[in-house]
Amino acid sequence: MLTLYARRRLINILSLGISILAMGFGLFWLGWILFTLLFHGLPGLSLQVFTQITPPPGSTGGLINAIAGSLMMTALGTLIGTPIGILAGTYLAEFGQRGWIAPITRFINDVLLSAPSIVIGLFVYEVYVIRTKHFSGWAGAFALAILVIPIVIRTTENMLRLVPNSLREAAAALGAPQWKVITLVTLRAARAGILTGVLLAVARISGETAPLLFTALNNQFWSSNMNQPMANLPVVIFQFAMSPYADWKQLAWAGAMLITFSVLTLNILARVFFRQQSSTH
Amino acid sequence: MQKYFSQVRSMLQNWPDLLFRGITRISAVSVLILLFAIIVSLIVGSLPSIKATGFQFLASPEWDPVTDRFGALVPIVGTLVTASISLLIAVPVSFGIALFLTELSPRWLRRPLGIAIELLAGIPSIIYGMWGLFVFAPLFGEYIEPWMSNHIGNLPIIGPFFSGPPMGIGILTAGIILAIMVIPFIASVMRDVFEVVPAMLKESAYGLGATTWEVTWNVVLPYTKIGVVGGIMLGLGRALGETMAVTFVIGNAHSLTQSLLMPGNSISSALANEFNEAVGELYTSALIELGLILFFITFVVLTFARFLLYKLGKREGKVA
Amino acid sequence: MLPQEINNPKLLVNNLNFYYGNDRALKDINLSIPEKMVTAFIGPSGCGKSTLLRTFNRMYELYPKQRATGEILLDGKNLLEKRQDLNSLRAKIGMVFQKPTPFPMSIYDNITFGVKLYENLNQHEMSERVEWALQKAALWNEVKDKLKQSGTGLSGGQQQRLCIARAIAVKPEVLLLDEPTSALDPISTAHIERLVDELKKEFTIVIVTHNMQQAARISDYTAYMYLGELIEFGDTSAVFTNPKRKETEDYITGRFG
Repeated sequence: MLTLYARRRLINILSLGISILAMGFGLFWLGWILFTLLFHGLPGLSLQVFTQITPPPGSTGGLINAIAGSLMMTALGTLIGTPIGILAGTYLAEFGQRGWIAPITRFINDVLLSAPSIVIGLFVYEVYVIRTKHFSGWAGAFALAILVIPIVIRTTENMLRLVPNSLREAAAALGAPQWKVITLVTLRAARAGILTGVLLAVARISGETAPLLFTALNNQFWSSNMNQPMANLPVVIFQFAMSPYADWKQLAWAGAMLITFSVLTLNILARVFFRQQSSTH
Repeated sequence: MQKYFSQVRSMLQNWPDLLFRGITRISAVSVLILLFAIIVSLIVGSLPSIKATGFQFLASPEWDPVTDRFGALVPIVGTLVTASISLLIAVPVSFGIALFLTELSPRWLRRPLGIAIELLAGIPSIIYGMWGLFVFAPLFGEYIEPWMSNHIGNLPIIGPFFSGPPMGIGILTAGIILAIMVIPFIASVMRDVFEVVPAMLKESAYGLGATTWEVTWNVVLPYTKIGVVGGIMLGLGRALGETMAVTFVIGNAHSLTQSLLMPGNSISSALANEFNEAVGELYTSALIELGLILFFITFVVLTFARFLLYKLGKREGKVA
Repeated sequence: MLPQEINNPKLLVNNLNFYYGNDRALKDINLSIPEKMVTAFIGPSGCGKSTLLRTFNRMYELYPKQRATGEILLDGKNLLEKRQDLNSLRAKIGMVFQKPTPFPMSIYDNITFGVKLYENLNQHEMSERVEWALQKAALWNEVKDKLKQSGTGLSGGQQQRLCIARAIAVKPEVLLLDEPTSALDPISTAHIERLVDELKKEFTIVIVTHNMQQAARISDYTAYMYLGELIEFGDTSAVFTNPKRKETEDYITGRFG
């Protein structure tokens, strides 16, 4: 008996030990990657990065055109994708009990949520870049918007479902028509969660490289014309990191550090914000 | 007649409701249209290549832009192999992490550790690529790979997979980096489904004197297996479509070798590397057909994953 | 007991049946609700008392597969008719729920939410209306200095009185209360009961309660329901002191339920 019990205990301790190791394994990579970014990125970070445009190899410069391009395309992508996502998510949560559209949309949306982003880039290239005959900031923004939509749909639906039915009933009991119940009460009750979802979507697209390769491409110079190829941080990092020039690589590391820490900060902010908001209710 | 009028009247009274409902419905339908448009545009784009090569495209390892002969075998194999390697590593690790987060971790540590794992998912994939190429691959090539080819490379059967020159970059490196990237996705799905297990079920097993491991292995895992498999499939979908990280470290060689230490290619990295430089209709079209194949593979995998997760959700609904 | 016995009924229910899908939850209900009185529905849980209440403002229409047949006459007009506009019906028949349901907005906006739907008041009139409703709900003194604060920050009892204020602010004719005190502590409950006594001067009140003492304390008429049927209906003191049916007596004396 004792040996059986001892064996069970041993297996238990072993497996739990391995589980702790697995946790450490995950944290180890996170720590290592963040450390690498600081180690290589900090030396390259200077005021120039924020004031000068991307340089030709061998001379000094910064990333301001890429930062500005990224901000513009991310902002536009979010602005285009968010309303569609919220409306569609509202349909799934509030009108989705009847009919066939909602279940199919829900399913397709979940598939699109993890579809390869490079295919989205190809799609926008096919339907937009070829038509307009040039790469452009708009094409990049559209590709990013397509990535935003499924994320916002999913969180909007989830958050609306958390709103208790009694709240909808209470609003309806006052004689409010359904569209007012939804816009003034349910969406309002879910807004913290929806905003969190939008922030997470922004975090996701601001680091995306693949869908921009064939859409916005890149631009060595300052350009705020959305109809022209547009510089953006991820693609600049890709090009500079793969280049043989040491000063370009240095800039790539600085950009990599910038982008990672902004994305991670956005992630943490979104979660903290959501926790604060949901604890006050 | 009277009935008809009353219907019209009630419709007119409710027009803002109908309008609002219509707008949200159109938005929802736009998702379906989007999927349809993606598939159609990819098919149209790859028509020239399909006409020129037919099914031979899937089986040919040849990829020669100069002579305009294209086959997808190398990138397809590369995509499947790197994704499989990543799952081999990520599944057990994710299981360990989920177990730790649901059963072992002190309550106050759960949240920060959960966030840390989710941050791992938040790091942009291009960063994994850079880190992989400049930090991980050199160390891997200098210390681990020589050891592998010396010790494992001579074994029968599995030996050939681990022999060859230690270059750092290659299929195996890509697989390992993919594993790090998909761990947070699989781990968080596993954690979520583990938390769904009714406390009473676990407590009754503990009440019989079972150890934590026995409860997890014999109660929690069987109860959640559909969700666990769904989570793994979700991770697989990610791994198959991942682009930038793989592009940096896979080596981009259009060759088929048995050794995992050698450079190879994947669908997404072929696209990322060659699409903008591709000249000629057939070359571009062949790349788009690669994209179509990738979309098809991930679509099947993700559909399967979602199907399993829905099944779990439905069962849950019945229990509750 | 018979509908005719009550003069000028506000609501008259004729042969009402209610279905959840194929399940018949209400069976041939006949009943009349007198104007400006408190009518209580009692009975064990699952007996259909809440279901009955929710047919009066057709709240069930929010959900698929629920339907009612028969007639409910509000001032002689059948409100179950298809052409009846739901929103204006619900503006006439207010409702307060088991759990407080303050909207995620300020106390002031909570009250004005319903008013704005049907009336165009200027700012001054609106403020007066808000004060009137909060006074009626006996909440004014507690919140008059924090009208701009969120309604979700109030205590449970205050939230429920806010919901009552919100319901009466639109000046409905009938007020439906669905176990309004079941989530409240005894002191808040006493508050609400006193309030109901005040409100019946102006509104017709129908209250569902699982608390028999509460029904006995505050209602003028009582309906006892069991398994979807109306077992007994009449003057509250008669139902409680001299029930006509054995089932009612068993329930009231606590031998069952």
